[in-house]
Amino acid sequence: MTAEFWIIQTFNGLSYGALLFLLASGLSLIFGVMRIVNLAHGSYFMLGGYVGLSVVWRTGSFAAAVLVGALAIALIGIAMERLFLRRLSGQVLGQVLMTIGFALIFQDAALLIWGGDPYTIPVPGPLRGVLRAGALSFPTYRAFIVVVAAVVATLLWLALDRTRVGARIRAAVDDAEMAQGVGINVPLLSLAVFALGAFLAAMGGVIGGAFLGVYPGADFEVLPYAFVVVIVGGLGSLPGAMVGSLLVGLLDNFGKALFPELSYFTLFAPMALILALRPTGLFGRA
Amino acid sequence: MTRRALVLLTLAALLTGLGAALSAPSAARAQAGPIKVGLLAPLTGAASALGRDMVNGTELYLDEIGRQVAGRKIELIIEDTEGNTQTALTKARKLVDQDRVHILTGGLLASTGYALHPFVDAQKIPTTYPVMSSDDLTQRKPAKWVVRTGWNSSQSMHVLGDWIYKNTKYRKIATIGADYAFGWESVGGFQKTFEENGGQIIQKIWAPLNTNDFSPFLAQVKRDADAVFAVFFGKLALQFVKQYEDAGLKARVPLLSNGTTVDESVLPQMGDEALGTISALHYSAALDNPVNQKFAKAFEAKAGKVPSYYAETCYTNARWIVEAIKAVGGKVEDRETFLAALRKVDLKDFPRGPVKIDAWGNPVQNIYIRKVEKVSGKLQNTVVATFPAVSQFWKYNPEEFLKMPLYTRDYPPCKYC
Repeated sequence: MTAEFWIIQTFNGLSYGALLFLLASGLSLIFGVMRIVNLAHGSYFMLGGYVGLSVVWRTGSFAAAVLVGALAIALIGIAMERLFLRRLSGQVLGQVLMTIGFALIFQDAALLIWGGDPYTIPVPGPLRGVLRAGALSFPTYRAFIVVVAAVVATLLWLALDRTRVGARIRAAVDDAEMAQGVGINVPLLSLAVFALGAFLAAMGGVIGGAFLGVYPGADFEVLPYAFVVVIVGGLGSLPGAMVGSLLVGLLDNFGKALFPELSYFTLFAPMALILALRPTGLFGRA
Repeated sequence: MTRRALVLLTLAALLTGLGAALSAPSAARAQAGPIKVGLLAPLTGAASALGRDMVNGTELYLDEIGRQVAGRKIELIIEDTEGNTQTALTKARKLVDQDRVHILTGGLLASTGYALHPFVDAQKIPTTYPVMSSDDLTQRKPAKWVVRTGWNSSQSMHVLGDWIYKNTKYRKIATIGADYAFGWESVGGFQKTFEENGGQIIQKIWAPLNTNDFSPFLAQVKRDADAVFAVFFGKLALQFVKQYEDAGLKARVPLLSNGTTVDESVLPQMGDEALGTISALHYSAALDNPVNQKFAKAFEAKAGKVPSYYAETCYTNARWIVEAIKAVGGKVEDRETFLAALRKVDLKDFPRGPVKIDAWGNPVQNIYIRKVEKVSGKLQNTVVATFPAVSQFWKYNPEEFLKMPLYTRDYPPCKYC
């Protein structure tokens, strides 16, 4: 194991973690505000990728793909929350079952619309190359993912920590009833958070689709990762989602590099450990 | 036992026998009905694109002959396996018990092949495997009632290992493959002939099937490797070839692969990252014999895409079954004779070339060395060399070969790692 091995693998882990952050931050916030375990969250990732793919085919623009893909899925998220989940407010089991129903419908719909062939989303030339530092080489695109995630994380943190809306969201996470009592429009807030979560997941889907591909089954492949991140980091906590994503990205990467036979173990064992020692996750509050 | 009970029992036994006799279709009546072909294919789930190719290939041939042979109609009954062995077995039971198919065919996963073996042998139902490629299905654990019309994993890899040593300067090769039977058998076949020529496999990396991000594995490829040999399929292939280039490896270390990694089921969705990849398989959509050109054209017209090996093998498989039906004059109810006819098909003009079946039930057929090239804007597997009539045992004596253990994760051992 040379120094080179550790540097490259760390970078790989960080960039995978960055992608996981886009996916999991929304899931975490949605749970925090609405106490909904959204099993359709992986579907937003997959659908975002597919919509992005169609946009790239039509327009050739990667930026448009990210934007349109994320917005389209945010709209789907809004419709899902407003028309369906809202009716089951407070019924945890009903909501979970409904989200898994949606996940299955989305899966079949995607198969119907885009067929079963796997695709990758083409990226613009400048992002395609390799960054070299001495003997080390890193794919440019992975550095791009890290930058995007860092920007999103900063914006989210500023919004949550420094704005009135952010304060309201934090209030709703802490105690939705009390927040409602002091005049915060919690239903509207929930809707906004749900849309934001879908937006971020779909954005991750388009960006991830360029190196992981877009294919049937991607939804349920990424979902466990998102849950591990949220459980490790703590439900409803933004710093938790950040730390959780990086931790899971690194663990998964080093797990696969060092003990490929135990790839699921190295991912889920730490989760079980954290659940046992700190049931609320690293940053969660009871 | 009283007399009365004895009489009742006898009566009951007689009635049961009569019932069975009535319900069993008489040979004459069955002859008039259609010949039923049961096809197992994954139509939903992650492998659905492959399942669609399988169905399209099968239907294309049956439609060419008007779904009729030897004076009888052919009825194709398709069941969705969902890409799941348990479901496949349930559906196979349904096809045999309920639909009473005369022949069973299809299947995708190696595990499905092993699960079907005891079932079809117990049911004595003639069966063909156009896709499932695990070596032992026709080596150490053959089934009497199964004829493989497709290929086996290591068949084309024996050829590739030999060809690479003799036609390139690569002497030290690192392998990376999907961590399950298909990957092990493909890498094993390549390693065996490459090393017997004097080459060295200096590293064997196994990526779990749940891999999305190959960077942890790509970062480990040894610096002194002359080339990398990869074994993937479906979306894993798409991800791997893309990330191989992204990691900056392609510019430095040429990529070799098994057939499925650059099969036409994924090649059209790849970009220039696939260019130059050398692989081997018993088929390429770019084969320029007249039968294949006609087939490829007809398939594109039907399915709107280039035929993959899954499409060709199911087209050939359908023709195979029809030829056997012709040989027995449509009398598929005589299962033993029908099975013998399935094993005896020997034709020169399949899209992939001439094919016949060896004593273990595996095809003897051409193996093509292919190179990914761009022709009029599209990627294709250009054939650069043809090895005629290759058996699953390559140039080895079958009895000797079968004494060797099955290729696995650790066999052949990596002597130069």
